[in-house]
Amino acid sequence: MIWVLALTVWITVTAGVYLTLSRDLLRIVLGLAVLGSAANLVLFAAGRLGSAQPAVVPLGETLLTDAANPLPQALVLTAIVISFALICLALVLVLRLIRDADSDDALALRYAEPVPTDPVKPPLPAPEYGPRWPG
Amino acid sequence: MSALVITPVLVPLATAVLTTLTGRHPRAQQALSFAGVAAFLACALALVALAAADRPAEAAFGGWAAPFGIQFVIDRTGAVLVLITALMGAASLLFLASDADTEPHHPLLLPLVHGLLAGVGGAFATADLFNLYVWFEVILVCALGLFAIGGRLDQLDATFKYLALNLLGTLVLLIAVGAVYASTGHLNYGALSEAADHLSPGLATAVLTALTLAFLIKAGAFPLFAWLPASYHTLPAPVLALFAGLLTKVGVYAVLRTLGDVFAPAPELLYEALGWIAAATMLVGVLGAAYHWDMRRILAFHIVSQIGYILLGVALMSAAGNAATLFYTVHHIVVKANLFLIAAILWRLAGSYDLRQIGGLYALRPWLGVLFLIPALSLVGIPPLSGFWAKLLILQEAIAQGRVAWTAVALLVSALTLYSMVKIWMEGFWSPHPDPQWRLPRARLWPAYAATLSLAAVTVWISLDPQPLLNYAQAAARTLGGY
Repeated sequence: MIWVLALTVWITVTAGVYLTLSRDLLRIVLGLAVLGSAANLVLFAAGRLGSAQPAVVPLGETLLTDAANPLPQALVLTAIVISFALICLALVLVLRLIRDADSDDALALRYAEPVPTDPVKPPLPAPEYGPRWPG
Repeated sequence: MSALVITPVLVPLATAVLTTLTGRHPRAQQALSFAGVAAFLACALALVALAAADRPAEAAFGGWAAPFGIQFVIDRTGAVLVLITALMGAASLLFLASDADTEPHHPLLLPLVHGLLAGVGGAFATADLFNLYVWFEVILVCALGLFAIGGRLDQLDATFKYLALNLLGTLVLLIAVGAVYASTGHLNYGALSEAADHLSPGLATAVLTALTLAFLIKAGAFPLFAWLPASYHTLPAPVLALFAGLLTKVGVYAVLRTLGDVFAPAPELLYEALGWIAAATMLVGVLGAAYHWDMRRILAFHIVSQIGYILLGVALMSAAGNAATLFYTVHHIVVKANLFLIAAILWRLAGSYDLRQIGGLYALRPWLGVLFLIPALSLVGIPPLSGFWAKLLILQEAIAQGRVAWTAVALLVSALTLYSMVKIWMEGFWSPHPDPQWRLPRARLWPAYAATLSLAAVTVWISLDPQPLLNYAQAAARTLGGY
């Protein structure tokens, strides 16, 4: 069972890294989402696989035997919620970027760090990409 | 259960909620925000007093005792960092009332700043590895909001790069936390430090490498710092100062907590690698700064460079090294944030962040020059300023351990740091302004001067009387584990 999970993690990480290294902004976000799933699977595997019995003490007994470890499940749930929020935020950000920059090419994103035109000195800052003068 | 222990999270979080609700009334929002940060500062002072009296505030949540429930413990290390967080929050919020690069005043700006403070406070307070990951995510989400809130294309560009690289860092952290739990069965710091002794050296090396890698991405260490100089300079000045002071330092604190406390002594290979990473971080950061002419970008690269010094203290693998790290962190947060704020005053008075487009300020504002030189020379490490004592502590320990190469790199980097600071001084203050028509504008700068003067006063105080902070840092290092 653990080897099947390991193989799944391996394939998921490979797909995630492949997508993240793409130049397409949407694919980068999808890649990060896939990598997040891989991280969740690793976290899930951390609590020993095997038992599928819920960690609830049956009525009339005081001891819990052979139950699944509930802690990694709680951790994975937390991580899923957080990564879901972050991926939503990333998607909105990417849509706005594609609309404003009129391109979905990651290499075209040189607004914060303009390409140097001089071999020794960095380019002068463009006024439209700097702080607005007050008043 | 002491109620004080949750204040580093609860007070900023409550302030964030209240400032969100009052978003339509800027004056009420601002008043609440100041009240919130003042309460945070008072709670932080109480926490330091408790920790200094060897009664660290602690609590376990959810009705579960320590190794099972999530625990908050604020020892000396955590307490002083919470205090400096509150101080930075207060300085940045004060600076926001000026008009030196503080636009735009979005209604969600103050809630996000307080959310960020809650995340940083939580990271310093928690004693649980998974909880630390959650605070890193809180910081990340608030930071992304603060990046994107301006809506300029360069800011969105910076947000995306910050998001992609930092999200990768948190995913590595999540996997590492899973690996730690799988190999020890614990997440609580106290239980982990007991369980770590039974780990085989190979397993410990693998797990801690993953954990440290994640923290080093967050700290902006070589070669994982690309997100920092790519994004920081697009922020408005007070937010930039807050980020520069606090965010990378949370990563450094996490490295100190894992390699210097919980898992100490870890396999020696890790400290050796960390030392060389620290040396490379110092050198690459300072060389990156030498290329740039935009003050914010120069200073952003200097954050990277200074991270190297702080990590070097952890790599020295001794109580003296840990004490030096803590002293350096406190000194550095104050100095670095102040430099960014003063750069914003220069922007307001002279018209640009680029050193080729400004000048002539010394003739008109000589005291601003003095104000700049206090943190600038302290960053370099000129005696008797606080940076000198911080570097002295680290290098003394490095020489005592025979680490000649690391010491040599650190001294060389100090000289190169001086080059950058002299560049800002020469171009911003000394040389005439390139535009002969230029006149000083009428600006609303008193909150900016109040914030920068207070931070400079803290620096001067540490400089002239370093002994109390040094004693505190040494006592803190003695309570950290292992050596």
